[in-house]
Amino acid sequence: MVLRLERGRPLTITQEGTAASHQVPALSVKDLKKVYQTPGGDVEAVRNLTFDLAPGEFVCLVGPSGAGKTTLLKCIAGLLAPTSGTVSVEGKVVTEPPKSLAVVFQEYGRSLFPWMSVRDNVELPLKNQGVDKAKRDQLVDEALEAVGLAHVPKSYPWQLSGGMQQRVAIARAIAYQPQVLLMDEPFAAVDAQTRADLEDLVRRVWKQLGITVLFVTHDIDESVYLGERVIVLSNSPTVVQEDLKIDLPAERDQLNTRSLPRFTELRGHVYEQIQRAKAASRPAASVTADNK
Amino acid sequence: MRFLKQIAYFVGLPIALILLWWVLTIDSTNFFVPKPGQLAETFVEVWFSERFFVDVLPSISRLLTGLVLSIVLGILFGIIIGSVRILRQLSEPVLEFFRAIPPPVLVPLLMLIIGINDQMKVMVIIFGAIWPVLLNTVEGVRAVDEVLSDTCRVYRISGFARFRYFVLRSASPQIMTGVRQSISIALILMVISEMFASSSGLGFAIVQFQRTFAVPQMWSGILLLGLMGVSLSLIFQFTEKRVLRWYYGLREVDR
Ligand SMILES: Nc1ncnc2c1ncn2[C@@H]1O[C@H](COP(=O)(O)OP(=O)(O)OP(=O)(O)O)[C@@H](O)[C@H]1O
Ligand SMILES: [Mg+2]
Repeated sequence: MVLRLERGRPLTITQEGTAASHQVPALSVKDLKKVYQTPGGDVEAVRNLTFDLAPGEFVCLVGPSGAGKTTLLKCIAGLLAPTSGTVSVEGKVVTEPPKSLAVVFQEYGRSLFPWMSVRDNVELPLKNQGVDKAKRDQLVDEALEAVGLAHVPKSYPWQLSGGMQQRVAIARAIAYQPQVLLMDEPFAAVDAQTRADLEDLVRRVWKQLGITVLFVTHDIDESVYLGERVIVLSNSPTVVQEDLKIDLPAERDQLNTRSLPRFTELRGHVYEQIQRAKAASRPAASVTADNK
Repeated sequence: MRFLKQIAYFVGLPIALILLWWVLTIDSTNFFVPKPGQLAETFVEVWFSERFFVDVLPSISRLLTGLVLSIVLGILFGIIIGSVRILRQLSEPVLEFFRAIPPPVLVPLLMLIIGINDQMKVMVIIFGAIWPVLLNTVEGVRAVDEVLSDTCRVYRISGFARFRYFVLRSASPQIMTGVRQSISIALILMVISEMFASSSGLGFAIVQFQRTFAVPQMWSGILLLGLMGVSLSLIFQFTEKRVLRWYYGLREVDR
């Protein structure tokens, strides 16, 4: 909400507003580099990444398959230690998973506990944090309601379709009330209709909760439709190819937004950047390969 | 109706076999071959007497103590060994060695060390029955899903909660496989430990019957052991069905 005000009237920002634009970024990635050490030699997944996310921003990260998107997200989430560089969440350098951060994984089917009901899955992180029962029930109910799963709390995850499972994972993340939400190609494996629904769901949740979202995808259309900003990554070893502001209206709609001329323009631009990223980084990548 | 059908399936073949046995032995005069009616009579006579308190109960309590301790200790050590990689690598050859020792050979040894008492018999049972649970638990703990493990870390589910909600449940299919094997091993070792050195228990009673040529009584002891085995297995199946309902459901869907 704060964000929209700022963007709508950039010239009439109050003193408080000015302070807000200098405030600590929700997420800050600085000179991040990640090299995997494998028996077959070193794999440089991320070469050098630097970018910030302001509180309340919705940013999409696009890049070709194997560009190191998952690697980056794992470093941000504190699941992987970077080779060099730092990640900070709300001003604190990440050394272990930050408390105010939630992740929706790429492999949604495997991220739910198969021995727990849908409800228990959503409730577990809260229970673990010691949130009292009444508050817990309320948060879980709201989250399940928000993703449209209020009718299946007793089912097990494996009794649900892929799209429903992903919604459970989203509900769990929402109920946890994070400040920063990371999503790793969350809709890669669901059908087109479900995907459109889930996209709108994520935008709605983002607006309602005012959280910061970093959304990874390799789908260009999706990134432009969802994001306020799109960061294009190059091919592996990865650098930021382009950081693009998406100046589409805040109210987005599957039919109208996607048929706006501006949407087509932006999509074309991102597409071009990705093509260029691929072409540009190939020689560089093969040089590093020769060095081994 | 379905329940009745299940029962019919369960007892159908045993009844047929007993009938066959009855027909085949109807005019047998061989002293060593028991007849069904006679055996049933002897069974009641022998075991529904003071022997129930002198032999049956002590045997059952040794068996259950040994089995429960094997399962609890097996899971406990299995989780510890399975979670710490160095411990796992260090202990692997040692565990394989201990597992390879046939537990009955420990009876004379433990007799010397601990003496001829209940603790010795329970120790023999534990020494044989702990391995399937322990090794399967190690395997199950090692094979936990990486994505689920990351999920736990992201939501800061660690320490005891991690074991309770994640590791233990995730390893439960393997643990149950181990428990199933342990049950039969424990039953065998209970009998063997009592045959060697004892003044009470089922194993002792059966050997005594055999030495005094009390053949029908001996058969009745074997029958009792069989029935104990079946009961344990039924209890196990009932528990397994409840504990692993999610697992069978998941497998059903995956297919
Ligand atoms: N655990 C690992 N050990 C070694 N190399 C790895 C590991 N994980 C990823 N890589 C390598 O790092 C590079 C980036 O992988 P990553 O999974 O981050 O890509 P991605 O952008 O998420 O791809 P996708 O879009 O297919 O999900 C790849 O070349 C991959 O082979
Ligand atoms: Mg990935």
